[in-house]
Amino acid sequence: MFEYDFMRTAFAASGIAAILAGTVGYFLVLRGQTFAGHALSHAGFAGATGAVLFGLSPFAGLVGFTALIGVAMGLFGEKLADRDVAIGMMLSLALGLGLLFLHFYTSAATQAAALLFGNVLGVDSSALLDLLLLAIVSLAALALIGRPLVFASLQPELAEARGVPLRFVSAALLAIVAVAVAECAQIVGVLLVFTLMVGPAAAAINLTRRLPFAVALSAGLALLEAWGGLTLAFYTDWPTSFWITALSGLVFFGSVAARRFAR
Amino acid sequence: MSALRFDDVTIKLGRRDILSAASFAIGDGEFVGMLGANGSGKTTLMRAALGLVPVASGVVSVLDRPVTRGNSAIGYMPQNRGAIAGSRLTGWDVVASAAIGRRFGFVRLDQTARHEIDWALDEVGARDLARRSIGELSGGERQKVLLSQALLGRPRLLLLDEPLMSLDPAHQKSVVEIARRICDDLKVAIVFSAHELNPLVNAIDRVLYLGSGAAVIGPVDEVVTGPVLSRLYGTQIEVVRSKGRYFVLALDEDVDVERDAHRHDDARV
Repeated sequence: MFEYDFMRTAFAASGIAAILAGTVGYFLVLRGQTFAGHALSHAGFAGATGAVLFGLSPFAGLVGFTALIGVAMGLFGEKLADRDVAIGMMLSLALGLGLLFLHFYTSAATQAAALLFGNVLGVDSSALLDLLLLAIVSLAALALIGRPLVFASLQPELAEARGVPLRFVSAALLAIVAVAVAECAQIVGVLLVFTLMVGPAAAAINLTRRLPFAVALSAGLALLEAWGGLTLAFYTDWPTSFWITALSGLVFFGSVAARRFAR
Repeated sequence: MSALRFDDVTIKLGRRDILSAASFAIGDGEFVGMLGANGSGKTTLMRAALGLVPVASGVVSVLDRPVTRGNSAIGYMPQNRGAIAGSRLTGWDVVASAAIGRRFGFVRLDQTARHEIDWALDEVGARDLARRSIGELSGGERQKVLLSQALLGRPRLLLLDEPLMSLDPAHQKSVVEIARRICDDLKVAIVFSAHELNPLVNAIDRVLYLGSGAAVIGPVDEVVTGPVLSRLYGTQIEVVRSKGRYFVLALDEDVDVERDAHRHDDARV
């Protein structure tokens, strides 16, 4: 399958996005903010469709709008990010807004499907460099805030007393999550971002008790699921996003069973 | 030199005066038990010393210096430890996250930091416990692991907020003994809040009792008396002493002093 140009591009793109999503996703799961991540991806839908409407690149709209919403959520503090109802409302509002933008943009059907469910085989090789650079910057930023982030996630009260700026850390993480969401959406679409961002991380947490291993395992699982999904899609001609969600689900529920069994 | 000193301190939360012109001083290396009803300001007092709660008037000083945020001379154990109890990470990783958690940048967990973590765990006798997942430990075991974090950075003052909460008597005893030993061996002052005096009474040097915005410090025999507590609780209190144990009874049956003991989980005062 590697004789095809579009497959090589798809492997590269999904590999970059998966490693970023798996790594960032671990922290999201650690903080119990997975729903916030899910909502961010929906904000991305509004951002992308809005950008198309105004003649901008949908990827720029996706990154820009999710980052904006992410920082806003972070600055409102843990309190808001924890509030399921507020987040759920933002999520549906964003989808509704995206629908409105699509309504004004006439030839929208394929664009919408690609945004919602991903189209990794349609990733342009010229976009690879952007994906790679954004991923490197995001991972570097994550490493810079990593220590205070883990501390603040595990024991916020103690971290605050020791002088860790909780809000800054929270906003910075959600900005990084926003970039990861945007990259992931290229592969599996905004509706299925959970599958690469949360699935592998949650499985990794079930499989190891050591923090460094869990981060590495999460990234590794995300990569395997993305590439496995692509391979299966190539041979079955079924949608890639379906295969990735199937593998992600399999690994997650397998990890739950393994944890039960290990007791 | 005093480890912690409040001079005429008033603290307001919303419209309520938590402390009004309260003054007391805790000496260097002194082990003080802090008691008082729910809402009397035990947690707030600690948070004020940590610079997390502003004082309306008066001066708080820590080791004769003004309060600063993130003061490394203070070791703290917060009361609200709920989330960590569900974590699958090992105790060691949790303590490690606290040990280097203040620093931004590419921070490696180097040999010095590892030794410091092991040392802190050894001080509380939790080195072996820390190999296990923090969520799988019993309440008392987990408390020891978390207590070790207060020792990181070799502070001179420990603020321990309700370390005995929801522990059985055997674990209560062992946590109090550990605190006493830390106080003696490391020469640190300790403020140890609790909702019951009896587990602490043989270990502490003095008691700090809060109530009605006031703070009274002194030997247990002088503070835990009917007249002093009646003033602090704002109702008539009788103290019965029997076989080295203290029983605080409210004569007004609407006030249930002991009941306060069981409502701490949802209280964030």
